[in-house]
Amino acid sequence: MTEYFAIFMGVALFILMIPVIYRIWVGPTPFDRMLAVNVIGTKTAVLLVIIGTLFDRVDMFVDFAIAYALLNFVSAIVVSRYLNRTIPLDQMEKNERAAKN
Amino acid sequence: MNLEFSYFVPVLADAVNLESSFSSLQFVGIILGVLGLFFFVGTAVGMIRFPDFYSRMHAAGKGDTLSTMLMLAGFGLVTMEDLSVGSWLLFFKIMGVVLFLFITCPTSSHALMRAAFEDDEMPMTEKDLKKPKTRKK
Repeated sequence: MTEYFAIFMGVALFILMIPVIYRIWVGPTPFDRMLAVNVIGTKTAVLLVIIGTLFDRVDMFVDFAIAYALLNFVSAIVVSRYLNRTIPLDQMEKNERAAKN
Repeated sequence: MNLEFSYFVPVLADAVNLESSFSSLQFVGIILGVLGLFFFVGTAVGMIRFPDFYSRMHAAGKGDTLSTMLMLAGFGLVTMEDLSVGSWLLFFKIMGVVLFLFITCPTSSHALMRAAFEDDEMPMTEKDLKKPKTRKK
């Protein structure tokens, strides 16, 4: 019963990831692509717990899910900070130096 | 299905009638998982059908957070087959993942949206609807 439910949920998650991958492929802006990558990464944490249910080793796979969620969060923050920088880096450093003096 | 780690931890709740609590917990878990799948269907449909970035962000940010939390909580209940200490520890670990995602998913959505807004990505207005539909390359 548990295994059938886990297999059903995993297959449904994989099928529903296809529209999100479409948004990565044709996304007009880089932010769309990053948002879709974020959604897929969050769902991968769920998929890891499902794999753990199938292998009867959930206690080990939950740690992987925590690590994956943390990496996903850090990557989303870093990419949004990188895209947020609207002026070039040397210009920004010059402005900071001018503000100090 | 026998849980292997239940041999290694002391079982405190032997006296509890396992059969009744067992199946009802799994039933609640399956309902939560299917509900989470329903919200993920909403996210996937919104990601392909909505016209501009901010409405897609609306679909993805909310539906993603809620569906992930519901599915993880459902699997935490489904994997609890007896009421031993190991099962409770596992359940609280999964609820820790749920708490972590509850904090970080809206944070990353907010950061992405602020980055888009400061990068002059404007929301769709009524003027854009009146333009002929030609896709920019």
